[in-house]
Amino acid sequence: MIEKTVAELSVALASGDISSVELTQVYLDRIARFNADLNAFITVCDESAMDQARAADAARANGETGALLGIPMAHKDIFCTQGISTTCGSRILQNFVSPYDATVVEHFKTAGAVTLGKTNMDEFAMGSSNETSFFGPVKNPWDSNRVPGGSSGGSAAAVAAGLCAMATGTDTGGSIRQPAAFCGITGFKPSYGRVSRWGMIAFASSLDQAGPLCQSAEDAALMMNVMAGLDSKDSTSIDKDVEDYTTTLNDSLDGLKIGIPRQHFAQGLSAEVEQTIRDALKEYEKLGATIKEIDLPNNHLSVSAYYVVAPAEASANLSRYDGVRYGYRCENPLDLEDMYKRTRSEGFGDEVKRRIMVGTYALSAGFYDAYYRKAQKIRRLIKNDFNEAFDEVDIIVGPTSPHTAFELGAKSDPVAMYLEDIYTIAVNLAGLPAISIPGGMVDGLPIGMHMVGNDFAEARVLNIAHQFQRQTDWHRNKPAAFTQED
Amino acid sequence: MAFDKSEVEKIAHLARLHISDLEADEVTARIGDILHLIDQMQSVDTDAVEPLAHPLDVVQRLRRDEITEKNRREELQTLAPSSQDGLYLVPKVLE
Repeated sequence: MIEKTVAELSVALASGDISSVELTQVYLDRIARFNADLNAFITVCDESAMDQARAADAARANGETGALLGIPMAHKDIFCTQGISTTCGSRILQNFVSPYDATVVEHFKTAGAVTLGKTNMDEFAMGSSNETSFFGPVKNPWDSNRVPGGSSGGSAAAVAAGLCAMATGTDTGGSIRQPAAFCGITGFKPSYGRVSRWGMIAFASSLDQAGPLCQSAEDAALMMNVMAGLDSKDSTSIDKDVEDYTTTLNDSLDGLKIGIPRQHFAQGLSAEVEQTIRDALKEYEKLGATIKEIDLPNNHLSVSAYYVVAPAEASANLSRYDGVRYGYRCENPLDLEDMYKRTRSEGFGDEVKRRIMVGTYALSAGFYDAYYRKAQKIRRLIKNDFNEAFDEVDIIVGPTSPHTAFELGAKSDPVAMYLEDIYTIAVNLAGLPAISIPGGMVDGLPIGMHMVGNDFAEARVLNIAHQFQRQTDWHRNKPAAFTQED
Repeated sequence: MAFDKSEVEKIAHLARLHISDLEADEVTARIGDILHLIDQMQSVDTDAVEPLAHPLDVVQRLRRDEITEKNRREELQTLAPSSQDGLYLVPKVLE
């Protein structure tokens, strides 16, 4: 069963081949067996998952239907889940139990999906390897000496290892797409504003966006049908009709214009990854697409601009963790200032503290124009680059990451880690939809192909990704250590 | 822009973080590296460029000024490290 996509499981549930209770038990058993090594889950919800599975089976017996009814899933531990611990990968929220559900969580509950648990992540989503988590790093299911990527590393590893059928993630600079690439699965970041951010713990509010991690573009479409939409509780969620993303999956790609950015095939890209992506592009030519080189001339400035905008917004967002209303508080504070300082210094990890300080510095008196305002101007240049590219092409394709998953501990220098997101970060600054799908393998490790669409072109991006997956089986590859079902 | 240990102390205080003497050199060096990366931005002339604060070119939605949330004070206060009689308790501020 675990090799089946959500779309296939949905058919199996509808036809009565398997019940949600049986399916949920399969995944819970696998979590019990594999999670100690993989560390993909921070919290497992055995009892409530079985309750939800029984409720889904009962609803189906009563004539209810729905593509996600009874499908076992996981939520990144950044989404608030009522009555379930929500840690954001941090000591400061280690004992926090959310009093409400995030809008995304509520949508999946309404659709009848079963929550198996909460997945591990870089602390406050700040990282590209899952190594900044207070709860320890997640292992890559393809090679346990390697990172799963981050920050949604737990969700990506859980899907790749068959510990859940699908999972949610969030993407501020590549945090859905890069782990999807490293773990050999499909990860989709929607346009900014397409999915509600309410109840999703804030990192950088003008960049954060929730999206699906799953086995195929078709599954991503099924998840997006549930996740997307206006939410009165998120003032930046967009008032735009939600399409049924499954109806256009099989649209023809004849005449599709693909742009490949010279800047994404330049120095720093591994030769094997480049060859894999160029080979994958040939599949699109067979489907009637034409390919042309394009320029994103300001792409090289995206990491620098991002490391002003994201830390600045984070420094403001994370000021709420003060040891007063919820979360960790230090022992025996001497006075109020001592309480704030020790609570935050003991509660946050090194990377989070670094980013808070960089953001505080960038926003401090006298530096605003040189840093924050300058970064916003660069952000405009980056957005303009994409606008000009989309005058010529329908989709921008390249590698998700310069190489395959790296070894645990290999990137101890923060700046080296930041440069990991060189192909994904500009997309968040511009607010565009983008997907990573498996495009090939090198030395037993998966390679992600990155595809960026124009504003609110999620249906088109999913269509283009799905057509590749109809022609190829890369998305069906599974890590050998996790394929036995007993 | 020079960035030294005294700057770290200043911004750590602004951010209400405590950086110990043991950590100070390492933190200063790391943040210095990050600021060096950030300074790549300065190589581009952006005088005529309009800043982009947000990816969506839309006006903030407004709503009626009505109370839409129910009072969950007691429930929410159970999450606090220390509370009493509906109040959050912190170390004494005034003697």
